[in-house]
Amino acid sequence: MTLLTRKTFLRLLGAASLLTLSASVFAAPLKVGFVYVSPIGDAGWTYQHDEARKIVQKEFGDKIETTFVESVAEGADAERVIRNMASRGYDLIFTTSFGYMNPTIKVAKMFPKVKFEHATGYKTAANVGNYQARDYEGRYLAGMVAGAMSKKEVIGYVGAFPIPEVIRGINSFMLGAQAVNPNVKMKVVWVNTWHDPAKEREAAESLILQGADVLTMHTDSAATIQAAEAKGIYSVGFNSDMSAYGPKTHLTSSTQHWESIYSAKIKAVLDGTWKPEAIWHGLKENVVALSPMNPVVPKEVVAKVDAYKMEMIAGKRAVYQGPIYDQAGTLKVAEGKTLSDEELHQQNWYVKGIDGKIPQ
Amino acid sequence: MRIEKRLHDSQLMVYLSPLLALLLTLISGALLFALLGRPPLGSLYTFFIAPISDLYGLSELAVKVTPLLLCAIGLTLCFKAKIWNIGAEGQFVFGALIGGAVTLQLAESEGFWVLPVIIASGALAGMAWAAIAALLLTRFNANEILTTIMLNYIAVNLLLWAVHGPLKDPDGLNFPESALFASQTLLPVLFEDYRVSIAIFIALFMLVVIWVVLTRTLLGFQLRVMGENHNAARFAGFNSKKLIWLLLCFSGAMAGVAAISETNGPVGQLIPTLSLGYGYAAIIVVFMGRMHPLGILLASCLLGLTYLGGEMAQIDQGLPKSITGLFQGMLLFYLLACDLLISYRVVPNSRSVKPSAITQ
Amino acid sequence: MDIGLIENILFAMVRTGTPLLLVALGAMMSERSGVLNLGQEGMILVGAACGFIAAYAGGSLGLGVLAAVAAGIFVSLIFAFIALTLISNQVATGLALTIFGTGLSAFLGAAYVGQTVTGFAPIAIPFLSDIPLIGQALFAQDLLVYLSFILFAAVFVVMRYTRLGLIIRAVGENPEVAHALGYKVMVVRYCAVMFGGAMAGLAGAYLSLAYTPMWSEGIAAGRGWIALALVVFASWRTERILFGAWLFGFASILHLLLQGYGYEISPNLLAMLPYVITIIVLVMMMYRQKNQGLFAPRSLGQPYHPLK
Repeated sequence: MTLLTRKTFLRLLGAASLLTLSASVFAAPLKVGFVYVSPIGDAGWTYQHDEARKIVQKEFGDKIETTFVESVAEGADAERVIRNMASRGYDLIFTTSFGYMNPTIKVAKMFPKVKFEHATGYKTAANVGNYQARDYEGRYLAGMVAGAMSKKEVIGYVGAFPIPEVIRGINSFMLGAQAVNPNVKMKVVWVNTWHDPAKEREAAESLILQGADVLTMHTDSAATIQAAEAKGIYSVGFNSDMSAYGPKTHLTSSTQHWESIYSAKIKAVLDGTWKPEAIWHGLKENVVALSPMNPVVPKEVVAKVDAYKMEMIAGKRAVYQGPIYDQAGTLKVAEGKTLSDEELHQQNWYVKGIDGKIPQ
Repeated sequence: MRIEKRLHDSQLMVYLSPLLALLLTLISGALLFALLGRPPLGSLYTFFIAPISDLYGLSELAVKVTPLLLCAIGLTLCFKAKIWNIGAEGQFVFGALIGGAVTLQLAESEGFWVLPVIIASGALAGMAWAAIAALLLTRFNANEILTTIMLNYIAVNLLLWAVHGPLKDPDGLNFPESALFASQTLLPVLFEDYRVSIAIFIALFMLVVIWVVLTRTLLGFQLRVMGENHNAARFAGFNSKKLIWLLLCFSGAMAGVAAISETNGPVGQLIPTLSLGYGYAAIIVVFMGRMHPLGILLASCLLGLTYLGGEMAQIDQGLPKSITGLFQGMLLFYLLACDLLISYRVVPNSRSVKPSAITQ
Repeated sequence: MDIGLIENILFAMVRTGTPLLLVALGAMMSERSGVLNLGQEGMILVGAACGFIAAYAGGSLGLGVLAAVAAGIFVSLIFAFIALTLISNQVATGLALTIFGTGLSAFLGAAYVGQTVTGFAPIAIPFLSDIPLIGQALFAQDLLVYLSFILFAAVFVVMRYTRLGLIIRAVGENPEVAHALGYKVMVVRYCAVMFGGAMAGLAGAYLSLAYTPMWSEGIAAGRGWIALALVVFASWRTERILFGAWLFGFASILHLLLQGYGYEISPNLLAMLPYVITIIVLVMMMYRQKNQGLFAPRSLGQPYHPLK
């Protein structure tokens, strides 16, 4: 309370006086809150968000003050945590899981002066923006590496839950793999959890049993990478650079770096230029990247991946570039067309070459 | 120092022991926070006072207490009769699933009967889920601890299946959650802008009901006898199988109502992570409340407060969640340990007489 | 199905069942002495965190295992002191231990998230591992799995053939009589609870040093609860615990495998398999021995005070 009044007072003072000094020099630091869905120690999704938080805290120094609440379940608790943050003088609140969308919108209505940013959703409001990473772009490039390195032409994919984001990742990985090897096939196993390392490892090994010789996953832990290393087959990581878990066999990871989004949003609030917008950043904005390649990946593959990456950044190439067929052979994206963002969001079909059906 | 049984339970200690536990928690908590380099008094304030320092905080405590209390009410009767129903969690989830399906069906319906039908459907569903355990126990002698734990996992997977499949919001971009419930199917809230709903009155009413049942009825007597000794119950001439059915079904129904208080209250839709462990936390509540209606009311308030305090400590003090878990565990340890003083007393060794002398 | 696939499934079954087996053996021992400790999940987590930290900082897996066991014993002593010496309610104290242990493990392990160590590697025993079907599953595992076999055999022998087993059972059945016969009920119960803590700690070490050599919060993922259910499933009998742990392990593998073999059932429904199978097998077992009832130790969970 005291912070709030002091800050308001100083802002008034700054506006009233004709001093050219920026208000932020005097003002109390901007309070930035983060709401996380799992513990930071999950080593996956939330861990990456918190790494980004630490980076922006360092970048802005004493201009901002960041705090987080971790393991906030996407049920009745979320609204209370967000509302308490808003009512306790936070100026900008990042809510980093899809299930926070409706609570964020609801609380935002009650606190019109507080800015909200929600990750991975689709709703915006006067003081709510949303942001997302085009992680599927990284998936595509990583898929190219996987496709090039698979000898048996079977890729194994450990999925958490069949939600659009995961389906999109699976399709993109497959399209990348097919871009270098049209014959490649893919098998998917669902573990029904974001985080159970032992189960993820069993799922990975069941994929190896079914003939997969390059593995990747969309879960939190690096258990899949460890399983591949133990069996001496290649793997591709996700979220962060997972090479430490598979020094010999880890090829590359499709990584996410939220700090560039956080930095831009915080800067906009500090400058007073913040607008509610829906942003979806990818390779071009450095939110998505590929971690350093394993030296076993042939030079020409690395070169091709780099070339594709440059073309994607330049806007000359899209992941979903027609013609693309679904499993039944239906043309989903016509020659010369690409998918719009809206179509990308709603994806509920598998591209040709993936085994099995999307669970319904 | 020695521990010695009192001839009669100390009435004074019944009330004094929780206060002593609280005092010990405050002292150790202050030490813990000081060791971690946090302001001891400030942290304790944030934990216990800040969450309920305004009307919103109090209303949120009621929101948190409602499902806890409802689950605990059912479990109290079960545990009195030594029926170890660990399955309130699963009964909650199944109640939510069926109650949610009914709610979605009634999206277009108006009328005074809508809410009672929804509440009844949740109660019946919870009852049905508990009835499986009752059937397995009475017909096949399958231990209820095992069956109810397993049924918890099965119910969670059923809910996951439903929100990924048949109950998924058709306009929800394939995200695994149901459509938002229509406003007339939501439980009326007591105050605008606050989330506490009429469900808290249902919980309090049921609390009075079991109080009467336990102290004033033959049923209460029967289940106490059964709790003392399953065989004695049989000799006393009443049907213990019937009692098992009755108690498990009642406790399932209460968990089902708890589910409706959550889905048709603060959450307002079906989502994968509906129960935040209420069914398990309620077990602690029952024992901490010494299986007494007033006790479980106080215990659920205290446990609810520690959840709220844990969030607040993260928001205001930047304490990680792990510390709040440590602190919560410590508080429970003290509360449980101090109950010793009700039936026992601690005497210094020098003053004590030989044990044989006491019994004579 | 070819034989190689079955061998692989059996191998995975034993590995998946190992943490369950370890925890359940410890929990059974403590329950046999009359003490119900629902804090298994918390003890596993503390064991996993401390084991990983010691192995990472000390550079030795053996040190890690020792630290995990010691940490498991340490937290079990907190439980024992409150539940036994201070005669608190065991169910609630165990649940509190789970909350405490989850917090403690997260607190200790926070700095080690994202690190890795070289974990226990499988060691194939010559000749034995070449036995068709079961060779791989039983004789090509890592050291901790072999240790679980030894511990299983030890518990089996102790409970069935030794005086010690008899004393533990007597204490669990009727502590007053055991006390009257001159047995130290408290000492026996303390030891049994500590054994349970050691086993849970070992299971934690198995998760964070062998199965998936890493630390991440909540790495136990509910295995403590399953193990507690398995003790009931086994009617507190050692050999049935092995059966239950491997059965559950098998069912957990099965639902992952079935997905890959084109059975187009929702993975959520398939994920119910281990739980459904466990209930069905239990019902079948109970049906066969209708009137024998359970073998729950009679004083399980009951408070006990040596001086009346």
